[in-house]
Amino acid sequence: MAAETATPGTVRAARSRRFDWREYVVYIGFVVLFAIFAITLSDDGFLNKTNLLNIARQSAIIAVMAVAMTFVISTAEIDLSVGSVAGLSSVTTAMVIGDVGLVGAIVVGLGTGLVCGAISGALTTVVRIPSFLVTLGMLGIAHGVAMWISDTAPQPISNETFTKIFGTATILGIPVLIFWMVAALIVGHVALRRTPFGRRVLATGGNESAAAFSGVNTRRIKFAVLLLSGAVAGLAGMLYAGRFQSGRFEWGEGDELSVIAAAILGGTSLFGGKGSVVGAVTGALLMGLINNGLILMGLEYSQQQIVRGAIIILAVALARR
Amino acid sequence: MADGPPRQDSGARVRAGAGEAAPVVRMRGVGKSFDGTTVLSGVDLDLRPGEVHGLMGENGAGKSTLMKILLGIYTPDAGEIEVAPDARIAMIFQEFSLVPTLTVAQNVFLDREARTRAGLIDDRETERRARALFEELEIDLDVTRPVSSLPTAYWQLTEIAKALSQDARVLVMDEPTSSLARAETENLFALIRRLRDRGIAIVYISHRMEEIFEIVDRVTVLRDGKLVITEDASELTLEATIEHIVGRSISDGFRWRPPKRAPGEPLLEVEGLTADPLNDVSFEVRAGEVLGVAGLLGSGRTELATTLFGVRRATAGTIRVHGQDRTIRRPHDAISAGLALVPEDRRVQGLVLAHSLRDNVLLPVLGTFTRRGMVQDRRGNDLVRRYVERLRIAAPSIQAPARLLSGGNQQKVVLAKWLATEPDVLIMDEPTAGVDIGAKVEIVEMIRELADAGNAILLFSSELPELLAVSDRLLLLRAGRVQRVLARAEIADDKDLHHMLQDTTTPAVA
Repeated sequence: MAAETATPGTVRAARSRRFDWREYVVYIGFVVLFAIFAITLSDDGFLNKTNLLNIARQSAIIAVMAVAMTFVISTAEIDLSVGSVAGLSSVTTAMVIGDVGLVGAIVVGLGTGLVCGAISGALTTVVRIPSFLVTLGMLGIAHGVAMWISDTAPQPISNETFTKIFGTATILGIPVLIFWMVAALIVGHVALRRTPFGRRVLATGGNESAAAFSGVNTRRIKFAVLLLSGAVAGLAGMLYAGRFQSGRFEWGEGDELSVIAAAILGGTSLFGGKGSVVGAVTGALLMGLINNGLILMGLEYSQQQIVRGAIIILAVALARR
Repeated sequence: MADGPPRQDSGARVRAGAGEAAPVVRMRGVGKSFDGTTVLSGVDLDLRPGEVHGLMGENGAGKSTLMKILLGIYTPDAGEIEVAPDARIAMIFQEFSLVPTLTVAQNVFLDREARTRAGLIDDRETERRARALFEELEIDLDVTRPVSSLPTAYWQLTEIAKALSQDARVLVMDEPTSSLARAETENLFALIRRLRDRGIAIVYISHRMEEIFEIVDRVTVLRDGKLVITEDASELTLEATIEHIVGRSISDGFRWRPPKRAPGEPLLEVEGLTADPLNDVSFEVRAGEVLGVAGLLGSGRTELATTLFGVRRATAGTIRVHGQDRTIRRPHDAISAGLALVPEDRRVQGLVLAHSLRDNVLLPVLGTFTRRGMVQDRRGNDLVRRYVERLRIAAPSIQAPARLLSGGNQQKVVLAKWLATEPDVLIMDEPTAGVDIGAKVEIVEMIRELADAGNAILLFSSELPELLAVSDRLLLLRAGRVQRVLARAEIADDKDLHHMLQDTTTPAVA
C-alpha cells in the first residue's frame, strides 16, 4: 500500500521508519548480557581488564573466520570445512617452518587454505555440487589429511617471530589476536559494503538469476567467496599455530558451528542476499562473552553447553522476521 | 436470500446474462480501512450464477481487498455481504498452492483422500475420483503424474479442479492467464465457459483488456477504492473501460505515431543467428527505430532476446553493434557492447526483490561508480534519483526494498536500471506483463520517447495492441525462423497481425 500512495517521481523522506530492534538483536543481546554479567559477576573479576581482553582474544579466531563466512552465506552458499581447514593449515605451517622459515611458512599456511577453498569452489561452481555437500566432504578430507601427515602428533613451532606475530605478542598491552580480529572486521566491512565485489556478492545471494542478467558473473563470485573462506581458514590455522606454538589437527575442530552461528546471529540471512560483517564479529564476541560468564558462574562444561545452545536459539529466533 | 432454498445447479443449465437469476453473492456498501487509510468505501458487487464477472482497476484500486473480504480473510468495516447458503467461494491463486512432488490426484484431494477400511489412504480410489472429475471438466490429464512434471498451465487446471471438488460455486481467478501461452489461454477460456454454463459464478481479474472482452459477461471497475461502474461487457468499449479505470482519457496512448525523424544508421545488425530453436535469424535495428518481434509460443521470442544478451550461447551467426563485430558469450559482454535487456520475468530475472530500489538500479553500472576500489554511493544516489524522477517511479524512498513496489513501479525500476547503462540498443521482453493499464500506457509512451531520443529498440511482446502501438517495423518469428519483416503501415490492426501469425501458408524467408 505504501508504495501506491507515494506521488510518482518524488521520493519522500523515509517515512518515520520505526526503529526495528530485530535488526539489532546481536548488539542488544551483547549489551544486555554484558550488563547482567557486570552486575552479577563483578566479584568474580568479570570486569577486570585481563578478563575482558581474554574474552576478545578467545573470540578472535572465530570472529576472523566469521567475517569470511558472512561473504559465503551472503551468496546463499555455506562452508562447513573452515574448522578442519584451519587445523590442517596449522599442521602444514608447523611442519615446514623449520625448513622454509617465516615467509615460506606463511605462504604454505595460506596456500593450504587457498587450495582447499579452490577445490570446494570449483566443485561447487563448475561441477555444481551443492556447497553444503562439497564442504562437508572437505571437512573430513582436511581433517584426515592433517591427522595423516602429522601422524596425529602435535608439531611444535620454535620460530618466535611467527608465534609472536600470529598469537602471543601484545601491543600496548593488547593481545595481537585482537588486532587480527579488528583488521578482518575493517577489511571485511568495507569490502562488503563499499566495493563492487561486496555488492555483487549480495546480489548473487539475493537473486542469482537477476544478478546474472545484470552482467554479474555469479559463478565467479561464488568461487571467489569459497576461495576467500578457505584462505581465511588458513590464516585462522596460523593464528591457532601461533597462539599454541604448535600445529595440531585438533585445532579448530568444531569451529564451523560457532563460525556459522556468529554470522547468523549477526544478521546474515542463511538464504543469502543480506549480510553484516560487524554483526558477525559481534556475534563471535557475544558467544565468547557467554562462555566467559558461564565459566565465572561456575557452571560445569556440560551445563555451559546447554545454556549456550539455548541462548543462540533464542537470539536467532528473536532476530527472525 | 439467507433463508431461500439452496439452488440446484446440477440439473438445469443457467445461462449467463440471465440477469434475473438471483445473485449467489450480494455485497452492499462494503468499506474497509487500514491504519486510518480508506482502501474501500461503499462498494456494491453482485455475482450471479453462471456469469463471468470481470473485476478491473489499477493496482491499489481495491480489487484484492474486496476479494479478500469476499473470501473472509478480511472483515469489512462497513456494509453487508449475503452469500447463498452452501455456496462455497474459492480463489485460484496466482502463486499456485500445490505440492509439486505429489500427483495431480493427491493434490486435488489433499487432506481429503479416500480411505481404505483400515483408515489408510486409498490412492487408487482417490485417483478414480480425480479421473472422474477431470473427465467431467473435459480436461485430458493423467492424474497419476506428479504436478512438477506438468507444464504450469496444468497446475492451474489442477487448482481449479481442486476448488470444484470442494463444491465451490464462486471461483475467483486473479490474472489466470499471466503465465499461459495463447493456446493454453484458449483452453482455459473454454473451461471457464463450461463452468459458467454449469451455473458457477466466476470473478475474473486481469489487466489484459482484450481478454476481458473475450470472456467476460459483466464488468465492474474500481478506482481508488470506490465503485466506478458495473456494466454488461457488450455495452462497453475498450477506450471507455480504460477511461473508467484510470479516470482520464488516454485514447492516444495505444495509437501508433510515425517516428519524429527518419531512422538513422543501423545500431544492431544480426546475421544468421542460430541457437536452438533459433535458425538463421537475420535482421537489423536502426537508431530511432522500434522493431517489434511477434511470434506464437515456441517461436523462439524469448530465446532470441536471451541469446542476443548472452544468457544463452549462439552456435552460429554474427552480431554487430554500431557496425562492429561483437562476441557475446555472457551478459557482461552484451552490456559492454551497448546492449541492455529488460527481461521477461522481472521478479525472477529483473530484480533482487529484497534489495533497495537504489541497489537494483546500480547493479549493472557498479563499475562506473567505483573510484579507488570503492563504490561512490553519493554519485550513485544522484543518478538513481534522476531516473526515479524521469520515469515517475512511485516509491517511499530510494532505499525502499523493490518487493514493496507495485508491479508497474518494479518494471520502471528494471527500466531505470538498464537506461542507467546508457545502452545503444534496448531489448525489452514483455515489458508490460502484469502491470496495470496506467503503467502500461506510460511504458508504451516511454518506449516511443527512447526511440525518438535515438536509441534502437527491440520489443518482444505477446500483446499485439501494444506491439502495434509503438513498432515502426515488425518481425514475425515462427519456429525459430524469420517469417517476414513488415512495415507498420502494412498492418491494419491486431486482428490482422493475429491472422498473419496464424497463417502457416506463407513460406519463411530464407
